[in-house]
Amino acid sequence: MKISYYPGCTLKTKAKNLDIAAVASLEALGVEVEEIERWNCCGAVHSLTADDLIHQVAPVRNLIRAKEMGADKLVTLCSMCYNTLARANEMMKNDPVKRDTINRFMDEEIDYNGDIEVVHYLSFLKEEIGWEKLKSQVKVPLTDLKIGSYYGCTLQRPTEVGIEPLGHFELMNDMFTSLGAEVVEFSAAAKCCGSYQVLSSLPGENNAAAVVINTAAKEGVEALATSCPLCEYNLGKQQQQMQDKGKIEQNVPTYYFTQLLAVALGLDSQLCHFELNDKKSLALLEDKNYLVAA
Amino acid sequence: MTIPISDHSLSLKSIEEINTLSGESVKVCMQCATCTGMCPMAEEMDFSPRKVMHFVQFGLMEKLMDINTYWKCASCHACSVQCPRGIDIAKVMEALRQKVLRKSKNYIEPSQMSKEAIAEMPQIALVAGFRKFTS
Repeated sequence: MKISYYPGCTLKTKAKNLDIAAVASLEALGVEVEEIERWNCCGAVHSLTADDLIHQVAPVRNLIRAKEMGADKLVTLCSMCYNTLARANEMMKNDPVKRDTINRFMDEEIDYNGDIEVVHYLSFLKEEIGWEKLKSQVKVPLTDLKIGSYYGCTLQRPTEVGIEPLGHFELMNDMFTSLGAEVVEFSAAAKCCGSYQVLSSLPGENNAAAVVINTAAKEGVEALATSCPLCEYNLGKQQQQMQDKGKIEQNVPTYYFTQLLAVALGLDSQLCHFELNDKKSLALLEDKNYLVAA
Repeated sequence: MTIPISDHSLSLKSIEEINTLSGESVKVCMQCATCTGMCPMAEEMDFSPRKVMHFVQFGLMEKLMDINTYWKCASCHACSVQCPRGIDIAKVMEALRQKVLRKSKNYIEPSQMSKEAIAEMPQIALVAGFRKFTS
């Protein structure tokens, strides 16, 4: 099986630990991952003003790149890229006036009408691999890991692009159950981490992120998993500073779900680039004896 | 809280402008405050999302240009998905930000950010933040 894949800017630099573990895991599961050619930044956030079409050009261009390669689906991973691409796609599918304006503006490109399906990696795992097959491929079960699936905002909101309905976290929960982990449902799984507000707040003083960490810890979550580099930055990399400033009571190691997937599939832990996570993240996995070196 | 309403403070044209920019109709808001209850940033706002919707309904643009609510909004859509009147409140907040930004006024100045912060933050934080906070 071959898939067209859109990584996005952050996954090629500061969130390599999200991307490399994801691609290696799919390859271990027998999927050939083909990165789309000449992709560009998705724009990170969907334009919310009705008259702002110029910021839709970037995500639509990526969808055109996928179409040019003959794809009918485009798999992506970063929650913000997923949201931005999926919303631009909905607009191209459902709004004939905006579609026509954008197609005419990009007259150097082929016309696009929203016929690529934007698929999140988790949905792909469920639909194309299946939890039974995944379970059969697990080499290092994540036994005793009390994991909290953190979706944040952009995987579920707005509802028309949500990877599953509001209040449901089955995709990531079922993946972790298949990997042998103990899933702990917690009440802040879809609460915002503060997102881009990190630009306007002092380091370690992001209250929204502190609420997520404190709620998770209080409700028995030992480690958090996310698919968003901005969530990981706010919840994971800022955690020491939040602790230093007394915003959080205890540390909750934070990972990309793909890192834990790769670990459970028995892939070389070097592929997961844990050096890019908070230091305590690696320590927990070493304590649990999950890591395999090539 | 008392906000005096006069010909000077009330701008009917601005209500239409916000409706056009957001694609929403602010008059359908019934002031139930579900948005405020859902908002993860409400504590940091000087006026809650519900109050801001009320200001917009009355076209109190002068007042609205002077508050931090829409700058503290993280566009998380927690309000929008729960609004019983179906208003995409995140779009109203974006329209208010754009009213300021389109006058070439920035909320944050990228040149004032520390080099360390820029080096450390993921690109999506910077791209998203600059799109929300700068003109």
